[in-house]
Amino acid sequence: MAQHQVNYMQDGGLPVALTSIDKLVNWGRSNSLWALTYGLACCGIEMMASGASRYDFDRFGTIFRASPRQADIMIVAGTLTKKHAEFIKRLYDQMTEPKWVISMGSCANTGGMFNTYATVQGVDRVIPVDLYLPGCAPRPESLQYAVMLLQKKIRSQKAIKTQKPKRLM
Amino acid sequence: MRAYTPKENVQKKAYYTDRYWVAPQVAKFDVESDAVFSEDLKAIKDAKITVLEAFIQVDQMVVYIKPEDNVATLELLRDECGYTQLSELSAIDWISKRGGFEVFYQMLSMTKRKRLRIKCFIDEKQPIESVQSLFRSADWAEREMYDMFGVIINNHPFMKRILMPDDWEGHPLRKTYPLQGDEFAAWYEVDKIFGKEARDIIGPEIRDTARVDRYDTERFARLGHEVPKGAEFNPDQEKTPLAYQEDDGVFLIEGFEEDKSQIIRDRKR
Repeated sequence: MAQHQVNYMQDGGLPVALTSIDKLVNWGRSNSLWALTYGLACCGIEMMASGASRYDFDRFGTIFRASPRQADIMIVAGTLTKKHAEFIKRLYDQMTEPKWVISMGSCANTGGMFNTYATVQGVDRVIPVDLYLPGCAPRPESLQYAVMLLQKKIRSQKAIKTQKPKRLM
Repeated sequence: MRAYTPKENVQKKAYYTDRYWVAPQVAKFDVESDAVFSEDLKAIKDAKITVLEAFIQVDQMVVYIKPEDNVATLELLRDECGYTQLSELSAIDWISKRGGFEVFYQMLSMTKRKRLRIKCFIDEKQPIESVQSLFRSADWAEREMYDMFGVIINNHPFMKRILMPDDWEGHPLRKTYPLQGDEFAAWYEVDKIFGKEARDIIGPEIRDTARVDRYDTERFARLGHEVPKGAEFNPDQEKTPLAYQEDDGVFLIEGFEEDKSQIIRDRKR
C-alpha cells in the first residue's frame, strides 16, 4: 500500500538536512558536468559510446553540449595536431569559469605514438589539464571513472573562493 | 680491412654496408609485349610528344616525358586513349641524388582495364603546369604535392597548403625534413598561441613517451590510489574509495543497493 505520509521521524525527526554551502554548491557543480563535444580522433568514438544508452553518461549529469559557452568540462578525446592547437586554446578560453579539462587517451596525454612533427606532444602544452586518463583508447568505463574522479576533485575543493584563473602561464 | 667509422650515431647512417649487395629491381619489359600499351605509346609518339623512356613494369606502362608536355600528354590520353581517370598524382624526392623531383601521374582506363603512369623529372625550383583543368582530382593532389614537397604548380586556381597550417615552414615529406620536425615545428603551437617568449616557461617537448617516472605523482597514480596534484608519494598509501552519503561522504549521493532495485524481466512491460 502506498504511503502518502511524510515520515517525519526520519533524520532526527525534522525534514531538514544540515550541510555547508561548500558541499551544496559542489554537489550541484559535480553532478551537472556538461561536457564539450570534442572528439578529435578515435577516442571520440569511445566518448560517444559513453554518452549513448549502454553506458549512459546522463546519469552522471554529464550532457554533451556543442558550444563551449554552455560547457563546464572539456574532454580532449584524441590526437591534437599542431594545426588544431590554436583552436583548442580558443575553445578553452571561451568556456566559462569554473571549468575543468580531462585529457583522454595517450595522444592527448603525451602525443602517444605520434612522435612526429605534426602532433602536439600532450595537450598540457597548450591548456591546463585536471585529469589525465591513460589508455589507447580508454574504454567508456574508464572515461566514466575519470569523470567520477573529477567529481571527487570538485567536491574536495572550496566552492566559494576567488577563482584563480587557470592559465598555463 | 674495412675503414673505421665513428659509431656514435648509428641511426643516422648504417656503418656497415655490404659492398656486394645489389638492390633488387622490379623487372622491366618491352612495351611491344603488350598490344594495348604499344598502341597507346604510338599515339603519344604520333602527337609529337618526346618520349624519353617507356617500359612495362608490374603490368603497368611507365612513360617518361618532358615536364612541359604533361598537360598535352594527359589530355591526349584522356580524350583519345580512354584513360579517363587520374587516380593519383604526386612527387618523389630525388633532391640529394639528382637535384629535383620525379612527378608521376597514375592513369586508369576503365574500358581497357589498364593502368599507366606518366613520369617527368623537374628541378627543385622548376615549376610544373597544373593539370587541374583536365582532371578535378588533380586539384587537391597538386595542393598536397606543393604542401608536402614544395613543388611549384603554375596556373592552379587555389594554390594553398592543404594539410599543414598556412604559416608552416618547410615541406614535411622531403627526405631532408626530420620526422620529429625542425625547430620551427617543435615550437609551432607555443610560438603561435603564447609567443616566442613562452618557450622557456613551457619547455621543450618530451619526446620519449615510454619513459615512466613512478615517483611522479603529478602525472601518474594507481587506480584506486589517486592523489591530488603535487602530493607526496607514499608506497603504503591506502585505497581511496568513493564515499557515499551514508558513509559520511558526498552529500546526497547514495550508494546503489542491488537487492532494493527492481529488475524488469518482462520486456514487453
